[in-house]
Amino acid sequence: MSTIDSGSFRGLAAQRPFAVEHEAPATSAADNGAAWSNMKAPDARSQQSAAVAVTNGRRALKVFLSNPNALFGTGFLAFVILIALAAPLLYPDDPLSMVGRPFLWPGQNASFPLGTDSLGRDVLAGILHGSRISLFVGLMATALGLTFGVLVGSTAGYFGGWIDDILVRLIEIFQTLPSFVLLVVLVAIAQPSAATVTLAIAVISWPTVARLTRAEFRAIREKDFVVAVRSLGYGHARIIFREILPNALPPIIVTSSVMVATAILMESALSFMGLGDPNVVSWGSMIGTGRELVRTAWYLTALPGLAIVFTVLALNLIGDGLNDALNPRFSQDR
Amino acid sequence: MPALLRIGRTLRRTLLQAIPTLLGIVILNFFLLQLAPGDAADVMAGEAGSATAEGMAALRSRFGLDNPLLVQLGHYLNNLAHFSLGFSPRYGMPVADLIAQRLPGTLTLMAVALAVAILLGVILGSFMATFAGRIPDRLLSIFSLLFYSIPSFWIGLMLIVFFSVKLGWLPSGGAGTIGSRLTGLPALLDKARYMVLPATSLALFYVAIYARLTRASMLEVKNQDFVRTAYAKGLTPFGVTARHILRNALIPITTMAGMHIGGMLGGAVVVETVYSWPGLGRLAFEAVMGRDFTVLLGILLLSSLLVIIANAAVDIIHAWLDPRIGAR
Repeated sequence: MSTIDSGSFRGLAAQRPFAVEHEAPATSAADNGAAWSNMKAPDARSQQSAAVAVTNGRRALKVFLSNPNALFGTGFLAFVILIALAAPLLYPDDPLSMVGRPFLWPGQNASFPLGTDSLGRDVLAGILHGSRISLFVGLMATALGLTFGVLVGSTAGYFGGWIDDILVRLIEIFQTLPSFVLLVVLVAIAQPSAATVTLAIAVISWPTVARLTRAEFRAIREKDFVVAVRSLGYGHARIIFREILPNALPPIIVTSSVMVATAILMESALSFMGLGDPNVVSWGSMIGTGRELVRTAWYLTALPGLAIVFTVLALNLIGDGLNDALNPRFSQDR
Repeated sequence: MPALLRIGRTLRRTLLQAIPTLLGIVILNFFLLQLAPGDAADVMAGEAGSATAEGMAALRSRFGLDNPLLVQLGHYLNNLAHFSLGFSPRYGMPVADLIAQRLPGTLTLMAVALAVAILLGVILGSFMATFAGRIPDRLLSIFSLLFYSIPSFWIGLMLIVFFSVKLGWLPSGGAGTIGSRLTGLPALLDKARYMVLPATSLALFYVAIYARLTRASMLEVKNQDFVRTAYAKGLTPFGVTARHILRNALIPITTMAGMHIGGMLGGAVVVETVYSWPGLGRLAFEAVMGRDFTVLLGILLLSSLLVIIANAAVDIIHAWLDPRIGAR
């Protein structure tokens, strides 16, 4: 990296803390690194915020691709997606049906490589099919949460004034409610099914995005190019979606990969507690049923758990890689 | 500005902001729970196995479930104004008493877990920041990410398998030896043994967050001018790290710790079911299963209050740590 490069990165980096000042807690620790306001003197901060954040897409891609952790994460996630797609082909039968002798340990019988559970159900088939519900809930809940969060956050950040006051109050209410307790309540009320679990996770995850988007919009809307397009007479919707949103995207992209990871963890915790879709096998529900036998047949708990850990780890590695690529604040330390 | 005045101003501002939030939460919860299918009378009738229509009506009118919605809300708000959280038909006791029974268990668990997480996280994070970019940093980074990806209920079960089933060192559930007559220090040690596994399961996720946060903020602070000045005037590296870098890096950590109270409460729900720990989380789960909405409403309200109090505490700690904050 040339000295000129690193100099401009520092300028960019210094600008970032202001933008993510109001960032919410659930995002990864890495992008929360600068979520406080008093690190720089106030006058220095206002000067930095005047600089326009430009993220070079090709450079970001190069940084991402040169990060072995991020590549490993992407590879593993692709593998899980492939498994989720191929599960109905590899194991066309219902994974909840009994196929063999119960309590076969992994490796005991070649036709059940990961063993069978207390009812003689194939553990491997369960894990393969379980990836479908985990990924579905994770991706759909994140998509819904992102859409709603970006809409609310951009409205609040762009218009300001009383609209901002009301929306911030709303965000604050949702962030004060302990999110997992709220999630349990929502799912219990709506009766557990894949759709309600997805919706409920979206309901508790949008405030994070809204807060982040609002902070970005507030920083960007004062920039010269926004004033310029406003003077050209562009409409609000066009300014929000075509001008400001693309510039606010990098932190939102980083957050979204962590959101998928969190959603998968939440879905597994819900189905572990028996609040998942009862008709679908999921990693969490496999752990929930294996739990009763944890003293004798601990592999029933350990194996689905490893599937969760590695999938979530892959997503977090991707999130880290995206953060390094899109937010070059710490690039000089690596 | 004197420190006390600064803290007082911070406190007043926080409290004024908290009131509308709290009111919003109460009303939102109330209407949310009204959407639920079935009420407490339905559940009690179902558990009794037989109930006449008259009996159901009597139950409903006894608990005020047959009043119009707004009247019920009015009653609830009125009760809240008198610091009463209502009466649980299922447990046959006031919700406030029920929660008061369970609250200490959860608070101890959360406090221990938070303390462990912050302590370990700050130590690991300082270590990572010191070796930034070198092998120890990279290894610890991956480990912290791994901790961050492990579901607390799963690691809880795995710890039970390893430490209670295989090694037999620690109890697998509960909050104390049943029927033990221990007092004083032995009783405390007995409680501590039951605390180790649940607190570890809950803390692990947050260790990862604090370690990464400490690393990031220490690296950020390291490049500041006052650190160079501190080195220039001849302070030892340890002195600079402890007194100048870490103190400033602690501010985002305290912010996050305050924000994590709500998340920890959620984590406690799951961890408490794994270890059958007698706390608020288990009560919440039982209340959901039993459709006991008065209890649920009380728990949600109380835990939100807990979050608000924690945030106020964090604001005050900030005002104390950094004189610039209260002056704004």
